[in-house]
Amino acid sequence: MTPSDTDTVTEQFRKMVSIAGCRHQFPLLRQYVNGKPLVYFDNAATSQKPQAVIDAMMRYYQESNSNIHRGVHSLSERATQSYEEVRHKVRAFLNARDHREIVFVRGATEAINLVAHSFGRLALREGDEILISGMEHHSNIVPWQILCEERHARLHVIPITDAGELDLEAFPALLTERTRILAITHVSNALGTVNPIKQLIAQAHAKGIPVLVDGAQAVPHMHVDVQDLDCDFYAFSAHKMFGPTGVGVLYAKSRWLEEMPPYQGGGDMIKSVTFEKTIYNDPPYKFEAGTPNIGGCIGLGAALDYLRELNMDAIRRFEDDLLAYATARILTVPGVRIIGTAREKAGVLSFVMEGIHPHDIGTVLDVEGVAIRTGHHCAQPVVQRFGLPATARASFAFYNTKEEVDAFIKALHKAREVLG
Amino acid sequence: MTALNELYQQVILDHNKAPRNFRKMEDATKRVEGYNPLCGDHFTVYVKVDGDRIVDVSFEGAGCAISKASASVMSAMVKSRTVAEAEELFGEFHRLVKGELQGEEEIERLGKLAAFAGVSEFPARVKCASLAWHTLHAALSSSEQSVSTE
Ligand SMILES: Cc1ncc(COP(=O)(O)O)c(C=O)c1O
Repeated sequence: MTPSDTDTVTEQFRKMVSIAGCRHQFPLLRQYVNGKPLVYFDNAATSQKPQAVIDAMMRYYQESNSNIHRGVHSLSERATQSYEEVRHKVRAFLNARDHREIVFVRGATEAINLVAHSFGRLALREGDEILISGMEHHSNIVPWQILCEERHARLHVIPITDAGELDLEAFPALLTERTRILAITHVSNALGTVNPIKQLIAQAHAKGIPVLVDGAQAVPHMHVDVQDLDCDFYAFSAHKMFGPTGVGVLYAKSRWLEEMPPYQGGGDMIKSVTFEKTIYNDPPYKFEAGTPNIGGCIGLGAALDYLRELNMDAIRRFEDDLLAYATARILTVPGVRIIGTAREKAGVLSFVMEGIHPHDIGTVLDVEGVAIRTGHHCAQPVVQRFGLPATARASFAFYNTKEEVDAFIKALHKAREVLG
Repeated sequence: MTALNELYQQVILDHNKAPRNFRKMEDATKRVEGYNPLCGDHFTVYVKVDGDRIVDVSFEGAGCAISKASASVMSAMVKSRTVAEAEELFGEFHRLVKGELQGEEEIERLGKLAAFAGVSEFPARVKCASLAWHTLHAALSSSEQSVSTE
């Protein structure tokens, strides 16, 4: 071991320890639910917020609230500056080339709709094809279906294997000369599968096909580098990565933002308006019509600062360890079957229990203070793929602990006891 | 009894494990599907009505213990009642699971249905308990082919 190796190991250890110690910075986690200490395992639905995020938003409303990009007065300038600083923080977080490639939206759903609407109008003709996968969230299915219907185009789907991985053998043949975009999730919210998107992107690009990545479930768990991935679009929501609801990000390569028509019309997205002609603003403003969620953006900025401090690679290692522990423990519960056994997973443990419906598991766990999600997780086709009406899903964040996993396992035994 | 045991009473567990009238009915006069999109419960309710009397009821599908047991108990309770009686029972059941029935006596009067009294402590489960009833109601009262709890 060289001295520099020792240094990084020490540094990594320090980071792991600081992750284990960060739980107390999330005030919501300090509570009892149904008389039991809360075990919050519904992070894939939405994450909790650290005090730093809550404080930043409160401070903004107490001290700087003002509309942006319009006032000559000092408050407006301060608000504008804070808002635009977050754009730079997002650029750094994703390692985008330019901050003008960052568009603020309402969330991952709006980001995908923006691309479907705007890029779709630009690129899609009758008979063209859109390729998605069998493990998409409804938000990466329905906008494309709407577009296909409008444009008389066809939606194709990459199948998934019994382990819940993409069928990479079937994939190349689905990239045809009519495929106009590949829209695919980075991490599956229903299965936890981490897709080999860098490879998929390279294969699509080799055929000249641009790629949108739904990163909603990736950004809370791992370091993402959009230049390294070389994706054309990357979408995510702040609320799943410890920021507030109502704000999200669309990263798009400059060339697309230049070419794409606006998504919505209104204030801020124009340079000049007369009744004869309107000149659109430059990207990203061209895509940010109306007063945005300024307070939410400030909260997102605070979440990014927080994550940078913790370090995404350290978070990933910590969570891999936690997921491996939870996976081993749950297999000791009689009748449990894990849905989604991909080689690479992040943050999600979906399962069913023989003879017990997921909804009943959810109720028993809730009584024990354990919050999980049950149902189809807004990804009905995936759940159907496994021949199930629903699954139970525990999903993790870096503030979760092995003790919580133990409480969760105990509650599963209780479910067996109560429901036979 | 804890709230959980109150919810998952033996009657409910029995009917979940061994549902009554759990079959397709070839000669049904009406067949309606009911969904609970939130948890994926999905049942088909079959009825055979002769005049104003329900001669036979059955159901198929999949759902949680509460929804399945409720469909099973319902099928046993409404068979050979009149349509009006079945509708009245639905009203009573609805008030029961919403916690609107007062006093033991009123609840006991409902017979087997009383087993669902514990549902009122779990507002999120009221839809599960009433799915089959809503579906039956649709079958008895309208021309609809499917109902949803949303
Ligand atoms: C993979 C994935 N994509 C997209 C979304 C949509 O995110 P939002 O509802 O925040 O727009 C989700 C949220 O559950 C998700 O898990």
